[in-house]
Amino acid sequence: MMDILPLIQNETLKIWKKKRFYVILLILLVLIPLFTYAQMRMAQTNADNFKDWRNQIQQQITDLQNTLASDRMPEEWKKYDRIKVQQLQYYLDHDVNPNSPDAATFTRQFMASSVSLFFPLLILALASDLVSGERTSGTIKMLLTRPVKRWKILFSKLIALTLYVSLAIITTGAVCYLVSGLVFGYGGWTMPVFTGFVINSGSIDVSGVHPVPQWQFVIMQSGLIWVSCMTIAILALMVSVLLRSTAASIVTMMAAVISGSILAGMASSWETAKYIFSVNIDLTDYLEGTPPPIAGMDIVFSLSVLGVWMLGALIVSFGVFTKQDILN
Amino acid sequence: MTIDYPVRERVKITPAAFSEAAQGRADKTMGQPVLDVRGLKKKIGRKWIIHEVDFQVYPGEIFGFLGPNGSGKTTTIRMLVDLIKPTEGEILIGGHSVTRYPEKALAEVGCIVENPEMYTYLTGWENLEQFARMLRGVDKARIAEVVSIVRLDERIHEKVGTYSLGMRQRLGIAQALLGRPKLLILDEPTNGLDPKGIKELREFIRMLSETGLSLFISSHLLSEIQLMCDRVAIISGGRVLSVGRVDELVNQAGSYVLWQTDNQEGTRRILAAQAEVKLYEEGEYRMDDSALAYLPGAVVSTVHEDLIPELIEKLVAEGISIAAVQRVAPTLEELFLQLTEDGQV
Repeated sequence: MMDILPLIQNETLKIWKKKRFYVILLILLVLIPLFTYAQMRMAQTNADNFKDWRNQIQQQITDLQNTLASDRMPEEWKKYDRIKVQQLQYYLDHDVNPNSPDAATFTRQFMASSVSLFFPLLILALASDLVSGERTSGTIKMLLTRPVKRWKILFSKLIALTLYVSLAIITTGAVCYLVSGLVFGYGGWTMPVFTGFVINSGSIDVSGVHPVPQWQFVIMQSGLIWVSCMTIAILALMVSVLLRSTAASIVTMMAAVISGSILAGMASSWETAKYIFSVNIDLTDYLEGTPPPIAGMDIVFSLSVLGVWMLGALIVSFGVFTKQDILN
Repeated sequence: MTIDYPVRERVKITPAAFSEAAQGRADKTMGQPVLDVRGLKKKIGRKWIIHEVDFQVYPGEIFGFLGPNGSGKTTTIRMLVDLIKPTEGEILIGGHSVTRYPEKALAEVGCIVENPEMYTYLTGWENLEQFARMLRGVDKARIAEVVSIVRLDERIHEKVGTYSLGMRQRLGIAQALLGRPKLLILDEPTNGLDPKGIKELREFIRMLSETGLSLFISSHLLSEIQLMCDRVAIISGGRVLSVGRVDELVNQAGSYVLWQTDNQEGTRRILAAQAEVKLYEEGEYRMDDSALAYLPGAVVSTVHEDLIPELIEKLVAEGISIAAVQRVAPTLEELFLQLTEDGQV
């Protein structure tokens, strides 16, 4: 195993020198202040309209109940709203503000809503040209004519990718917290957040609900985000092995991710769709108690589906990479 | 012992020099081959790309691999360095099978396949560091050593993206030498270089050969192989047509002897009288046009080299003054035609 460390060093260096991570950092530094500003305006509007956050939540519940009373709304959508009402009521009953304006809450909410599109995009920027880029530039010939087994080379790329995926998640969290803290203050870590909502056919089971401090919630959430991101990263690595062009491999993966999030919104009646990886990407929803896109999905199911996809992608990647002829 | 390679500087014909060189080279085809290719075949899809390739490269020799574009040169080279898996046959480098023990076999080889492609976003030095980490026993001192061998010291810490093709070529060679290989494989090394660059490369290859390194050089130009190599394998349509010493092959294919004298008519008459001499009319020969441009009005013939001094004496005795006698290599096409006609396939 010792001889694989220099290879990992090589791959890590290459990604760094390609300045991919700078790009990610730049995107974060542009987008997060933007979202922070939007959040700040929202908080100001709310503060103008409601003296107390309780009034605001109460208003939100009333609004939702009004729409629920409408006949024009499809039954499926009503299900979501009913659950939302129950959750808000739960927060209200326990005197906890779910939208408390502080940096920790902002970070938690931003990370959770990034998991379906924003994080995959960042990951693709890192992963999509790992192998196809070497093919495009021709350096794959230099790489594979060394006295090193091919699986070790791909493995070192995988490890380097894992490092950068982890770093990207941590950096996103850190930038989020630091930037939003300037506006909202750096508190909120100990605020309780409720988790453990169990969704049962349109209603919510609150018997397992318990509060966790926000810092703990953010750690749990980050773990789930990491699993989602690693699934995307490993699939992107596979596509990068299979396709010679980096552009083609980015487009393919983006199409897969986006189609997943579209399907999640419309597939409630097509049950088999729940085996598609991108429908299962939103793992953080389970933590918050948002109902899954397709009935019958739960966190164990989604983790298993993602696990199977990852395993399959790894088998294909290593199988193809170690055997394929480099013809151009 | 340093060996003189007259074949490279061949302008005048001196049979003695040839036999001497032949002896020097004969020594090299002994011992265990550094590269041993046996019964190599490759099928892509349903099509056989490589039908039958066999040859051996011995320690310290410069081995040419000659064939037109699309003849299977690059495919063969890619099989030598484990980029493509052979369908049949075996490749041994330093006695290790490339397909079964790629780590051991590839440790003996340095190579540049087609263009010397490096990471353009890294400096020359960082590139070499990358490759050094994939080899055993290569430290900073060795990197510095190969950098000075290829004379890149001045710009080694600049990004490869800013290098000229010649510099990339040199960096490619530095990379190939890093692991102290026994065999260096260069695929069309002169492609894209200017005449000065080609000359430098030739000198460099000669210098490397003198250190005992074996070189395997592919090219589609016969003249280039003649200038650089001791032995050559000729490949066409995925088959090795012939393997042998460069001068022998060229002789075998009948290189032309051009006679430039003050009496073209008389020369033609005297030479035609000799049974061993074959004369050619305009359009019957295939050779590089530039050779004739230097010798206007020359008589084109084929004749065994040993007879040339005798013929010169005859011409002089007839009162014909000789301006030049020159041997000119046939073109690659001519060589192929000869080889296939002789049933050497």
